[in-house]
Amino acid sequence: MCSLEKRGRVFVLTLTGDGEHRLGHDLIAAIRSALARVRAESAAVRGAALVTAAEGRFFSNGFDLAWANSAGSSSAARERLGSLVALFRPIVVDMMSLPMPTIAAVTGHAAAAGFMLAICHDYVAMRGDRGFLYMSELDIGLPFPPYFMALMRAKIADPRALRDVVLRAAKVPAAEAKEKGIVDWVYGSAAETVEAAVRMGEELAARNWNGSVYASIRMGSFQKLCRAVGLAEEGDEEKMNIPAPKL
Amino acid sequence: MCTVEKRGRVYLLTLTGDGEHRLNPTLLDAIHSALARIRSDSARTGGGSALVTTAEGKYFSNGFDLAWAKSSPADRPRIMTSALQHVVADLMTLPMPTIAAVTGHASAAGFALVLSHDYVVMRGDRGFLYMSELDIEIRIVGYVMAVFRSKIADPRVRRDVLLRAPKITAAEAARRGIIEQVVGGAAEAVETAVRMGEELAGKNWNGEVYASIRKAAFPELSRALELAEEGDEEAKKLASKL
Repeated sequence: MCSLEKRGRVFVLTLTGDGEHRLGHDLIAAIRSALARVRAESAAVRGAALVTAAEGRFFSNGFDLAWANSAGSSSAARERLGSLVALFRPIVVDMMSLPMPTIAAVTGHAAAAGFMLAICHDYVAMRGDRGFLYMSELDIGLPFPPYFMALMRAKIADPRALRDVVLRAAKVPAAEAKEKGIVDWVYGSAAETVEAAVRMGEELAARNWNGSVYASIRMGSFQKLCRAVGLAEEGDEEKMNIPAPKL
Repeated sequence: MCTVEKRGRVYLLTLTGDGEHRLNPTLLDAIHSALARIRSDSARTGGGSALVTTAEGKYFSNGFDLAWAKSSPADRPRIMTSALQHVVADLMTLPMPTIAAVTGHASAAGFALVLSHDYVVMRGDRGFLYMSELDIEIRIVGYVMAVFRSKIADPRVRRDVLLRAPKITAAEAARRGIIEQVVGGAAEAVETAVRMGEELAGKNWNGEVYASIRKAAFPELSRALELAEEGDEEAKKLASKL
C-alpha cells in the first residue's frame, strides 16, 4: 500500500500501485505506521526530511467512498464515512508534529482527503503536465469535516482562492495552484517532481535542525489548525525549560 | 541605553550605542519607561503624534540576551520574555501610529520588536531580518508567535521566515510584504520614517481611538499579550466624543 525508503537524509514515503490510493482503513493505517517509523528512525539524528509521493495517475483520490457506500443503508454509509474522517485526522496530527521538514510531491490527481494529505505538508511540489487538485465535496453533496476547513483556511491564504476551491469545487491544475498560493513549485513530469522534492528535502536536511524545535515552531505557526485537530501546544514554561545545546 | 527626542510631532526613540542592542531586562525596562513617558507626554494633546523607533550602529537588535539568560537563577528566561511582552503590549496600545526605522540587523526577538510596529521602513544597503531560532535551537514563545501569525498572515511567507530561517534583505522583505518601504541608508531610513510619522501625525487622529482600533484589528495578538478587552461600553464612550 505504501513503501518507505531513505535517500541520503530524506525519507521517501510512496503510495504504491497504479490505483487511486483511496484512503480507507488499510492505507490510512499503513501511512500512520510509516510515519511512526520515520519518527523512530530520526529520533537520534538531526537533519532529516520527508517526501511523500505516489505511483500512477493519482496522488490520492480521497476517502474510500465505495467501501462507505457498500454499508447497506444510508445511515450505515454515513457512519462508515464518519469513521474514515476520524481515522484520517491523526495523519494530520502526525504531519503537523513531524520533527522534520515535509514535502508533498503531488504526482497525480489529489482530491478531497487526498488534497488534504498534500497540503498538510510544509511544502508542495506538483507535476505540471497533468493532474489537478479538487475538493469534490460540493459536487457529491458532502459538507466538510471541520478540520478539513481548518486545514484549508490555514494553508490557503487568499479568500478568493479558498472560495474557488471550496465553493466552486474547481479542478485546479498545477500552474493555477501555484498562482493561487496552494502549491509552491511546479515541475514537468511526476519523476521530475519527486526528484526536485528529494533535492529540496536534502537541502533542508543539510541545515541540521533539531527536529523537535522545528516541529515546535511549525505548530506555533499553525496554532489554530493544531487546535482544530486536537494537537496540544507546549506551554511557554516548557518551551523555555528545554535545554538549548547551541547558542 | 535609549533616548527619546521630539521632532515636530514625532517622538524618536533611539537604541543608543554601537552594540547589538540585546534585549535584556535593563534595555527592555529602559524602552518601557521611554514609552511610558511618550504616552503621558502625548496625553497633553490627546492626539496628532507618532513614534519612530530606531537604533545606532550595525544592529537594530540582535534579539534576546541569551548569555544573560543562560546564567542562573533559572527564572531569567521567563523574566526576559516577560519584559519584552510588556514592551510589545506598550506598542500595541500606544495612542499613536508607530514606525520602525530598521537601521541594522534585526534578529529573533529583535525582528519581533520590529514587527510590533504599525509600519516598517528599512535601509536597503545592508542589514537583514532573521528569525534565527531554528538555527540556534530555541523554541518561540506564545506571544512572539502571535506577533508573526498576526503580522505575516500569508502562510507561505510565514513558513519561509520561521521554518527556513533565511537572512532576509530589505528588498526581499518588501517584495514579500513583510515591510513597507526600502530606502538607501540608515540616515535616510530614519528621515523617511520621521517624514511618514509627521504625515500620519498631521491627520490629528485621537490617540485613544487609534489604539482602540489597532487592538480590535489584531484581536488574537491582543489576547496573546493579555491586553484588557474593550467592551461595547468603552467603544461607545469613545464614540460619544463625536
